Amino acid sequence: MSQVAIKVEHLSKIYKLGEIGTGTLSQDIERWIRVNVLKLEDPFANIDTQKGSRKHKNEQVKILEDINFEINKGEAVGIIGKNGAGKSTLLKILSRITSPTTGRIKIYGRLASLLEVGTGFHPELTGRENIFLNGALLGMKKNEIMSKFEEIVEFSGIAKFIDTPVKRYSSGMYVRLAFAVAAHLESEILIVDEVLAVGDAEFQKKCLGKMQDITKGEGRTILFVSHNLAAVENFCEKSIFIEKGKLKMIGETNAIIQQYLTTVSSVGGLRLSELTDRKGNQQLKFLDYWFEQDGIYCETNLEAFVNLKIGIEYEVKDYENIHNLQIDLGINDMYEQRISLLTTTFSNERIPNTTINKIVFEIKQFPIAPGSYNCTLFSTINGEITDWISNIMQFNVLEKDYYKSGKIITNNISKALLNYTSTQL
Amino acid sequence: MSMQHTPIPETSIVIESNHKLFDLNLATLWHYRDLLMILVKRDFISFYKQTLLGPIWFFVQPLFTTLTYIVIFGNIANVGTDSLPQALFYLSGITLWNYFSDCLLKTSTVFRDNSNIFSKVYFPRLIIPLSIIISNLIKFVVQFLLFLGFLFYYYYFQGFQVQLYLLDVLLLFPMLIITMAFLGLGLGLIISALTTKYRDLSFLVTFGIQLMMYTTTVIYPLSITPGKFRKLIAINPMTGVIETFRNIFLGKGEISFDTLGYSLIFTTVALLLGLLIFNKVEKNFIDTI
Repeated sequence: MSQVAIKVEHLSKIYKLGEIGTGTLSQDIERWIRVNVLKLEDPFANIDTQKGSRKHKNEQVKILEDINFEINKGEAVGIIGKNGAGKSTLLKILSRITSPTTGRIKIYGRLASLLEVGTGFHPELTGRENIFLNGALLGMKKNEIMSKFEEIVEFSGIAKFIDTPVKRYSSGMYVRLAFAVAAHLESEILIVDEVLAVGDAEFQKKCLGKMQDITKGEGRTILFVSHNLAAVENFCEKSIFIEKGKLKMIGETNAIIQQYLTTVSSVGGLRLSELTDRKGNQQLKFLDYWFEQDGIYCETNLEAFVNLKIGIEYEVKDYENIHNLQIDLGINDMYEQRISLLTTTFSNERIPNTTINKIVFEIKQFPIAPGSYNCTLFSTINGEITDWISNIMQFNVLEKDYYKSGKIITNNISKALLNYTSTQL
Repeated sequence: MSMQHTPIPETSIVIESNHKLFDLNLATLWHYRDLLMILVKRDFISFYKQTLLGPIWFFVQPLFTTLTYIVIFGNIANVGTDSLPQALFYLSGITLWNYFSDCLLKTSTVFRDNSNIFSKVYFPRLIIPLSIIISNLIKFVVQFLLFLGFLFYYYYFQGFQVQLYLLDVLLLFPMLIITMAFLGLGLGLIISALTTKYRDLSFLVTFGIQLMMYTTTVIYPLSITPGKFRKLIAINPMTGVIETFRNIFLGKGEISFDTLGYSLIFTTVALLLGLLIFNKVEKNFIDTI
């Protein structure tokens, strides 16, 4: 029977909105006088954008609600969920950076958490000095760092510059050094948050490999948060899916990822038209979308180098007053970096005189590299923003041997796939 | 397949919300002692590397302040110095006051200055304030050596007469240092906790500490203050420390059980209160930034 490494019981984290001050004493005094002496409205009250009403004092926001799970020793467990689902708050509580409102967590063994690489790195200090500083911040003892020093330097591959102040390092070198320290943390339990988002692909693989060795070989427990679903899939047998602060599912990673992808593609079961988190005056409103490759509708999985049609359905009000209509489709990677922006502008003669319209963006030989992506839809009419929804329409580009070279192009190696040939001259 | 015999490792942690009110957790603090020393080293190295003159700055500031005080207070305003050489009188006050105020000021901004680290990694937060008082202790020792240099100069070349008592230097003096450090730490911790809620409080602290200097015996001796102000000056817990220091090293200055006892009690209360508030704030401070 496997031993328990982490046990989370009825964990909740609640913020009380009314408790948050304005940040400065003078404003708090001003607020107090306005509210209690002059009987005016509280100028610093939070405004609920959807209802347009002022929120009550002491309204609670539940970041995490009644989370329960157990993780056994030696397991690598992924945590999956959308931005704002509560993943990072969970990690922060597990890492003891902030404390839970209710519930408790039992941790059996030494825990180290890696929410950032290079925490506390000081630019004036040399690589050598920063290894000690960073290692000590992560909880290592001095002699422990000393005994691993050679190994860390070798792993980082920057032995030549170890006595150079890190302010002279390139960002790549910086990350390599930082990760080298982290990879040598000797803890029974390791919490890793999105740190692989930085650094080059080759080094990322090396780090994942190192972490994997540690789990398999040394029986280390790892909790891993990443937007990189492929990395989670490769690395964790088991995953936890968190949605809106609640634990939605726990189980085998494959099943969890499937579940996650169906939720994100339908944005929590909602069509575009039902989404409330949008900006603009809604004279134009996006209703629905579809992906189509080779005449086949695709749910979320797309193939590169095949023509892609992205269809958007939208409705317009007040048709007569449209002189100029613009619709933008931005494609973002999972780190919310803009990969590409497709934009189209036309006058109302080009829109059929109906309320519901469709527009299709056609991309020849879809050149985006394997990985997970999402889109942002944006529109203006006569220069005014009408509708703007971010991080929707998630899709994956499949890992395939796109160059017919016998090598599978894997996730997150690059952002674009160019149709190239090479010739020996 | 029973779980009964699963051994629970000694290093198990329980994370809960209802923390004890006063939970210093000295064992964890001790575990992170290496971090404490590395942070002290970092402060020293980064200070040394970032400035043109390096550690010479440790001397420049007290020397020039002393010079200014000699001109303004000693010669223009004609404030007495208890018949002590002006340089020794001012330098002693400045050295002590600097240590106290540096500890307090740096500790009071500890959450703001370290929010990046605090939001990414766990360690006993008290390590940072402790590293501050130790870093500043190094600076204090350097400045104290400067003071000793002046003392020797006046003793051997200017005929300044003073009798040093070994017992005072070895017992009373370290106690003064600890008092200053803990006083700065305690008050700094209280303020640091308040500044997480009110950022503008830190402006108040910078000029408050300047004003506070005038309410203690840095630039004038206690002996020349009129009776009605004497009590007011005695309220400042640094008065007892400075007077005792001058008594030990310069032979003048009022050493009394009352003033020193008051300083000690004040320091203890400030330190305990500071630790209590700091302990409470550090748990959830990251939610407020």
